[in-house]
Amino acid sequence: MTREHDTTGKGSPSPGRPPLKSSGAQLALGLLFGIIFGFLLQKGGVGKYEVLIGMLLLEDFTVLKVMLSAVVVGMIGIHALYAARLVKRHIKPTRYGANILGGLVFGVGFGLAAYCPGTGAVALGQGNFDAAAVLVGMMAGSYAFAEASGWIAGTVDRWGARGRLTLPKLLGVRPAVFLPAFAVVLVLLLAAIHWFIDAQP
Amino acid sequence: MFGKTALYATALMVAAPGIALGQAERVDPGTTGPAWSPYLVGVLIGVLSMLTFYFSDKPLGASTAYARIAGMLGRLVARQHTESLRFYAKKAPAVDWQVMLVAGILLGGLLAAWTGGEITGRWLPPFWVERFGQSVGLRLVVAFLGGGLMAFGARLAGGCTSGHGISGALQLSVGSWIALIGFFVGGVATAMLLFHT
Repeated sequence: MTREHDTTGKGSPSPGRPPLKSSGAQLALGLLFGIIFGFLLQKGGVGKYEVLIGMLLLEDFTVLKVMLSAVVVGMIGIHALYAARLVKRHIKPTRYGANILGGLVFGVGFGLAAYCPGTGAVALGQGNFDAAAVLVGMMAGSYAFAEASGWIAGTVDRWGARGRLTLPKLLGVRPAVFLPAFAVVLVLLLAAIHWFIDAQP
Repeated sequence: MFGKTALYATALMVAAPGIALGQAERVDPGTTGPAWSPYLVGVLIGVLSMLTFYFSDKPLGASTAYARIAGMLGRLVARQHTESLRFYAKKAPAVDWQVMLVAGILLGGLLAAWTGGEITGRWLPPFWVERFGQSVGLRLVVAFLGGGLMAFGARLAGGCTSGHGISGALQLSVGSWIALIGFFVGGVATAMLLFHT
């Protein structure tokens, strides 16, 4: 089990222990969840080179539709489960320097490859063999990062490190207020894409 | 009058599947859009993320799996050196839940493409060929470089389009939303340079 769960705030739930604890069962569950995830991603069209590059050329918004729909449902669902003390949160620390630099470097790679780490595996599964080079490249890039990890931990990681910061905390709004408002904003964004961009001939 | 209409209607009904078949032959299964509604797929991925939180105490994420596999390979070649790296002291180079998840993603992609008649089986995406020609080597080099930068960036940022873009974003993490914006800013700029200049 990862130890990245939220330990800040006195309201965090104590249990959240997965019902299936044995590591063998968890590995099998990981495989099962992966098969479902990959199946859904392929059916959503996001294993296809044309759909992914179409997103980055701002011509096909399928990727954004899948992601934002997942975020809206998952956001409400996981916060409900968290409020009911059924799950723990896994919020990664905010580090402005590393988030911005890493995000941009990832983006350049994303533009070159078109497949991302998850959809690259989907692409290879559906027979886009060029995705194999992306996967091998990702292993090489990961090892290169590991080589630099000691240096990065002492420099970039410290630039603008803010801990486990969330949007409601940053804005000083109660989560119970922020959550529904943000869900509405995201749904309106989806609606705007549907009405104003998809409607164009 | 009625007879004529019925005749046309019958002719159309006979012809329609034929037209559809002809179309189906021309349409490349790998380049069409999504087979299912992207909204439905997104909703189901949202539900799936609830299930992984509840049953496995894990968020969906993909990129760390490649780092763990790279570490396992690195350990075969240079065991002491690999184990001395700070990153692998925190993320053990071993098969874990997420490595299994990524293996499953590959299988799930195969299963979905197979059941949907969308197996492509080719080295070059047609859209790439239109712009850069038939060289498989060129595509593989660019794909490898892209993969390398993506993985380095994902490790630096702390996640990828799944770990930050879905799991982090839905937990309203500030860093995840920043990284997600960075993914698209970098990606759109690079893709535009590649295809529109």
